[in-house]
Amino acid sequence: MGYTKDQLLARLQELKIYFTCYDHPVVLTVEEQAKHVGHLGGALSKNLLLKDKKHRLYVISALAGTKVDMKILSQRLGLGKGGLRMAPEENLLEVLQVPLGCVTPFALINESASAVSLLLDQGFKSKQICYFHPLTNDVTIALSSSNLDKFLISFGKQPAYVDLEAAPAVGKDNPPDLAHLVPSGVPNSSEQPVENASHTNVPHHQNNVPKETEVKAIMTISKVQSKGAETSSKVDKPTTNTSVDKFVNDVFDIISPLLSEELKKLDIKKEELSSILDGLRGRADPDLKSIAMTLKNASYTNGFHAGFKTMLHRGLNG
Amino acid sequence: MEVGAQREATQPMLVVQEETPPVVGVRAKDTEHETEAAAVELVVTQSEVLAPEGRMDYDKLVDLFGCQRIDAALVHRIARLTSRPPHRFLRRGVFFAHRDFNSVLDLHEAGEKFYLFTGMEPSSEALHLSHLIPFMFTKYLQDAFKVPVVIQLCDDASFLRNNNLTVAECKRLARENAKDIIACGFDIQRTFIFTNISYTRGAFYENILEVAKRVTCEDSIGIIGGSQEDNIGIVGFPPVEAAPSLPSSFPHLFPRNDQPRCLIPCAIYRDPFFRMIRDVAPKIGFQKPSLIESKILPALQGEESSKMSASNPNSAIYVTDSPKQIKTMVNKYAFSGGQSSVELHRKLGANLDVDVPIKYLEFFLEDDDEFEHIKKEYKDGRMLTGEVKQRLIAAISEMVSRHQRARAQVTEEMVDAFMELRPLPNMFG
Repeated sequence: MGYTKDQLLARLQELKIYFTCYDHPVVLTVEEQAKHVGHLGGALSKNLLLKDKKHRLYVISALAGTKVDMKILSQRLGLGKGGLRMAPEENLLEVLQVPLGCVTPFALINESASAVSLLLDQGFKSKQICYFHPLTNDVTIALSSSNLDKFLISFGKQPAYVDLEAAPAVGKDNPPDLAHLVPSGVPNSSEQPVENASHTNVPHHQNNVPKETEVKAIMTISKVQSKGAETSSKVDKPTTNTSVDKFVNDVFDIISPLLSEELKKLDIKKEELSSILDGLRGRADPDLKSIAMTLKNASYTNGFHAGFKTMLHRGLNG
Repeated sequence: MEVGAQREATQPMLVVQEETPPVVGVRAKDTEHETEAAAVELVVTQSEVLAPEGRMDYDKLVDLFGCQRIDAALVHRIARLTSRPPHRFLRRGVFFAHRDFNSVLDLHEAGEKFYLFTGMEPSSEALHLSHLIPFMFTKYLQDAFKVPVVIQLCDDASFLRNNNLTVAECKRLARENAKDIIACGFDIQRTFIFTNISYTRGAFYENILEVAKRVTCEDSIGIIGGSQEDNIGIVGFPPVEAAPSLPSSFPHLFPRNDQPRCLIPCAIYRDPFFRMIRDVAPKIGFQKPSLIESKILPALQGEESSKMSASNPNSAIYVTDSPKQIKTMVNKYAFSGGQSSVELHRKLGANLDVDVPIKYLEFFLEDDDEFEHIKKEYKDGRMLTGEVKQRLIAAISEMVSRHQRARAQVTEEMVDAFMELRPLPNMFG
């Protein structure tokens, strides 16, 4: 079966992840949880397990106060307007292997959840302490988001922080900004496959997923995989990007590391380094954008006139 | 659209007094906004903006006109939708009022399109800072929302209004002004600049006729703030300035079956003018254009005098000014809210309500923290007028030299390309 709470906590301790643990009666909702730990000053989370039309699963973990609009999220993931729904109870039990009311990012440690996409609220980053259930809902553990990241990375899950309240327009010319978070079905290479025991730290409780679900999971994964391949090839097609903003960002991306290197030689502290770079960037930004736009407009102008002369020369019959 | 353009005579556009009803072409339904019981007379003219207390009462103006205020929630919504920090004009409340801007945001959120329309009346060779404000903001809107901009140069109005200008000269001024507009950083792939004298024909002219048929002579005179003595050219002008807010005026840009909504960034005193087209557009079968409106940059001498105007050289800083000229202008003419002596100043602090350098910093200093710091120190008397002016000079000089650099790179060919009737395939990308 899946990890137990104790196994999870033991794992956290092994990874030297600092957390505090609070016991309380079983709670099924955020409000109930708040009654027991809300006064302690940390940030409560609300966790949803969502499913799309292709049966891919998503754990959305957000600050209790964040408004999550499933329609907007669905569009941002590239699933269309009504692509996301609450997942049925079986998914909780079979895939996440947690009881009802206990959706939590920690459940992703289970093998069965390897194809689940995790979306974390950007807001967690600014909170010192966040509250989650550790696989059972009679306990709440409190830890920082960076420690949560540490935990996720330990079994190969890259934390993905998202501004869940943002609502960028999604259309023909604005690709869905969260499309990369849709599970591709290709398991992360560093994730532990069922047989492999490369992570010596991990207690050897393999997930004995009942055979049926395994087969179903494999089928959905392979379907998703082929779809993933499709979409990725669409993404790879080169497009001429004439965005001045992107150009200026690229320039800074080139200069920043070089500058960092040189500044480090001068014994400048790491914290100062990033604020120096940010300050520089803020000051150079308007001028850089201005000259980039000038160059763009001038290039276009040259091309335009060249095209015009070509047409004149050729005549409209070519 | 034009800001601070030269005028031969001061012509009231909207005069509200206790007894007489409003003169401007304001529909009867709008008079509900004009009940003025107070003795305060608010006279808003096209070339002079005055208020008896010596300070523009924007709250009163908004209530009078009946437009809506832009609040913090709206600014936050803009930031969220565009995934970038809001422009300082929004953060500082320089662009502070609107009509139906929320509808534009709703449309944008739903994936619908809109386009921007702004412009000016070429009246002098050099632009001053006031002119730049709507263009700087429109450029920001273009980048933030990724939408096209149409820019109208009213060389015809300039000719009709100014007795000393020939048609050729107006056309030339329009091209020169176009270079300054381009220098503001508009994206040629998303921008169409046109002058009325060249563009008035075809679909654009048809829309002018549609609008003209629905506005009476009397109303038009009210809109331009004129009288029966004015030439019929200028009386007939409002439809020309209104037509670009109808997307079918640009058949090379917007196909017949995909007519986007129009958003017009402009200065607040243009509001009564655009009320006309908002009234007329639905009658022709178009959506009302939305407006987003700004405060007016005061003249250096302070708001008691008049707004920055090309006809009063001491009141304006030009985009052609050298750092030395800027320094002289600010030091000599910028009205200070500081006290008469250093001791008194340290004791009482500065009066931020009338201080012009602070007002200018509000418009032109980018860093919010620095601006707040300066305001506090100056108000508490710890910072002196001289220091505030120094900071302002630095900020304006930086902006002006950036503009001059960009302006120097604008060639005649570039102007031609901006003005060419070419398709803009990626204008919404």
